[in-house]
This record gives sequence, structure tokens and C-alpha cells, in this order.
Amino acid sequence: MNSIQKNRLKDQLFKFWGIACTLIGLVLLVIFIGGILVDGLSRIDWAFITDLPSRKPEKSGIWTPLMGSIWILVLTAIISFPISVAAGVYLEEYAKKNRLSALLEINISNLAGVPSIIYGLLGLEVFVRIMNLGASVLAGALTLSLLILPIIIVATREAIKAVPSSIRDASYALGASKWQTIWNQILPASSGGILTGIILALSRAVGETAPLIVVGALAYVPFAPQGPLDQFSVLPIQIFNWISRPQQGFIDNAAAAIIILLLITFIMNGIAVYFRNKWQKKLQ
Amino acid sequence: MESLFILGTNGKKNYNNTMSEIMTEKTEDPKIETPIEEKYKLQTKDVNVFYGDFQAIKDVSMNIKPRSITAFIGPSGCGKSTFLRLFNRMNDYIEDFKMEGKIKIDDINIYKKKIQLEQLRKEVGMVFQKPNPFPKSIFENVAYGLKIQGIKDKKLIAQRVEKALVQADLWSEVKDNLNKSALTLSGGQQQRLCIARTLAVEPSIILMDEPTSALDPISTAKIEELIYHLKKDYTIIIVTHNMQQASRISDYTAFFYMGELIEFDKTKKIFTNPEKKRTENYITGRFG
Repeated sequence: MNSIQKNRLKDQLFKFWGIACTLIGLVLLVIFIGGILVDGLSRIDWAFITDLPSRKPEKSGIWTPLMGSIWILVLTAIISFPISVAAGVYLEEYAKKNRLSALLEINISNLAGVPSIIYGLLGLEVFVRIMNLGASVLAGALTLSLLILPIIIVATREAIKAVPSSIRDASYALGASKWQTIWNQILPASSGGILTGIILALSRAVGETAPLIVVGALAYVPFAPQGPLDQFSVLPIQIFNWISRPQQGFIDNAAAAIIILLLITFIMNGIAVYFRNKWQKKLQ
Repeated sequence: MESLFILGTNGKKNYNNTMSEIMTEKTEDPKIETPIEEKYKLQTKDVNVFYGDFQAIKDVSMNIKPRSITAFIGPSGCGKSTFLRLFNRMNDYIEDFKMEGKIKIDDINIYKKKIQLEQLRKEVGMVFQKPNPFPKSIFENVAYGLKIQGIKDKKLIAQRVEKALVQADLWSEVKDNLNKSALTLSGGQQQRLCIARTLAVEPSIILMDEPTSALDPISTAKIEELIYHLKKDYTIIIVTHNMQQASRISDYTAFFYMGELIEFDKTKKIFTNPEKKRTENYITGRFG
């Protein structure tokens, strides 16, 4: 066998290895989703979505945790969006490249890697106790906002970096100030990337359980929250709660709730992909 | 004329004075005997530029007359683009950039502290090497410079946009598609759009940094013709790699080499009978 044939063989081997690796992930996901669909799909109907929790599995619905999740999602979006985008713009456009900004940068990247339960403890101390918000939707949303801030900041910076410097030059050369350039050119041109980051961060937030348990989200809440200071539960906690019950009926409920949760995440990711494509097309 | 670049407490008001307006005011004044047209539009004296330890421009002094086309030629890295970008202070964004010497536009030192960059750049427009339209509609591209000045009058904006597009010889091609994305235009059209965008702000000086180097010969010819016609109203400085281009359109040519201004004279003189041997070697293609 000469060296060309050897290299070809290596090529082929690596190709099959790659295919196998890709398939492992996919097959596991298909098995998982398949199992859940078998268990849960028959359980999903309108009543399952609109029913309040109950001791009987066939009468239980996900209305309160679903509403809790939506409340959390919306509040988290409202809180984290302005803060993290402003921070990203500052770091990318205004901050001088010196030691302080380098330190900030490293810290933000590190924050993105801090385990979520630590954020839960922070939220418990600062929002629930010191700010006296109690185990409320607002405390939960603030905690999750902290959790996803670094993700959105990093996404914002990447999106801003991707804006061609020629656009910046053109704007400055026409007499625009820094703020006018950022507001009129840089943010619109990077909005797709920023939105993608926000949506991906939020779809992570909607699946978070640990920090919310620490903050005090409950497994059983009789009513959907009416305001930001109400008690709440969220879908992942409801799922966890149902799975730990012995009755098969609750296991099926959990599967059905997982389908709903997956659906929410898929839709959000779909929106993110849509924005990304639209944005890429626009810049080309 | 000082007030042009310097915003007082009511800065907004000054925004609407263009330099040409003030120029005509002054020439009508009987006390002033020499009309400003006789003077130099742009003067540099002993200009040195450093990027950190690297000296990019060495002791360059030159005077540029109003309503003329001046071409900067020279091999890559000779500093001609750096020098051009001094006139609208686009080098200010480069880290470690340091400038010594004086640059005056209409007798105002544009590197003194009180200069408002926004005002300076309204007066000194720039067209870049690669067409760089904003990812917005054709209309929005041309209107941008006006909108950032705070002009809200839609009718006035529409008028100025049309005028600029006509001046840039693009109006007939785009007048039915003003709301289409500027990125759908061809490269040559995009570059003329960038010129229109610059003209809409009504500057008195236009800097062009190799404006045709990314374009095909037909688009290049169109833009050269356009530049030639703009001369009657604007002072144009163009950096070019293309020696034929310099000799075709410019009145004056400056030859740069290694950050130094080797020779600066009438284009005809530079291309037929240069004083310096190095200029001759460069324009005859012996190096560069």
C-alpha cells in the first residue's frame, strides 16, 4: 500500500467515525423523543393545558406551571435585554482596551460558566431575602436574568464584531457621532445576532430548574400567577414533581408536559434561526 | 468662520450653515479684497504621523487649491492613504496614532481641541476603496447624512436626495427603485451611491481613497467622468494606484514614497518632466 492509498484509507476511516459520532447523538435523541411521544402524546388535549393541578393524574393540567413559565420568560426577557445589550455595546464600542476591560471580559466569560445553582443561591440571598421579594415570579425572573446576562453580553459583542468596519467608517465619514453610528447602523446591522443570542439564552432560561427551586418556586401552586409578586411554579419543576410520583398516570403527564416544554424551546430556536438567516441575507 | 467647527451652547443652529454659504457672505463683503477662492483650500505644514514607533508620514507640507483635483500616487504602504485620512481625521480611531504639524482647511486648524469632528466631516466628505453602502434602501443611504444632522423636513430631504443622485449620475438608474436595498445595486452603482451619499451632505472637499480599485473598467470610466464634473464645485483629493487615472483626471499630482512627499506639481509636469529621478522611475513603471 503506498502512501496515497494509506491516506485515502485514513480519510474513509475518519469519515465513518464522524458519521457514527453524529448518529449517536441523533439516535439517542430520537429514542428519547419517541419514548416521550408514546407516553405523552395521547395525554395532550386542550383540557391538559388549561386544567389546574389535581391529585388525580387524569384531571391534572399544566395551566399554572405553563403560565408561571411564560411569566418568568417575559419578565426575564424584559429585565435582561436592556442590561445585557447595553453592557455588550459598552464593552465593544466604548471600553478602552486596557487591563480593567480585559479583567471585565474574563469575568463575564467565567460567569457564563458558573453552575446555575450558584445563581439560585445568589438570588435567594439578594432578591428573596435582602430585597424582600419573597418566592415570587419577580425574584425568579431576576435570578434567571443574572444567569443569562453573560450569554447575551457575549452574543451581543460577537454580533457587533461581525458588523463590517466599512459601515462604521461610512457613518463616521458622513459626520455621525458615535451614538448615532451605534444606534442607526451598528445595532440594526447586528440586531439579528443579538436577537438570536437573546432567544437562545431565554430558551435556556425556560428549561432551568435548579436556581428556581432554590429561590423558592413551588411544586404545587393552586393558581396561575396574576402579578410579578405572586408565587409560581414552572414547567420543569412540574415535570420533576410528576416524575417522582409512583402512579403511571403522573408519569404520562410528565411526558406530555415535556412535549410542551420541548415545543416551546423548538419554537424559540426556530425563531432564532429565522432571524439569523434574515440578518445574514441582509448583510450580504 | 471659526464658529463652523465649534459648537457653542446652541450648537444645533450652527449645523445649518455650510461653509459655502459663509464663503459667499464673505466675498460679498466689500472690506475683504481677496476672495477666498484665491487662497488655498487646504494647507498642511510639517506633518508627521506615527503609529506607535513607526513613522508613517515624514514632514509633509503641501497646499491644495480649491476646485481642483489632486491625485496622490505612490507604491503600497507609502502613506498616501494615511495622509488622505488626516483631512477628515479618520485616523483618530487607530490606536497609537499620533500626529504632529498643522493641517488647515479654510485657514482653520482642524487638529485643534475645539474642533467638532461631526462638523469637520460634514465639510470634508469621503468615498472609500470598497463601495460600502449601508444595508438599507437607496433612499435611506443618501438621506442618512441629512437625518443625522437633525433635518426632519421630508420634502427637503427628498429634494436633497434627488439632487445628490442626479449629481452622482445615478438618478436615472434608480429613480423608480428608491426603496430597494442598496445592496441589490452593482458595484459601480454602489460606488456612485456612496458618492451621492457624500454629496448630499454638501461638503466642500471630497476625499477619495482608491474609489475605482474594486470596479470594472466601464464603471471606472463612469466614475472618473463623474469626478471630473464634480471639480467645478468641489475640491477633490484622490488616492489612486492607477497612474493613467491620475494623469487623466487630476490637475495636480503628489508622489509619495516611504512616508515622504517626493514631488508635488501640476499633473502634466509630473507625468512629462518630473524633477526627481524617483518620480520618473515610478511613473515609468521601473518600480512600485
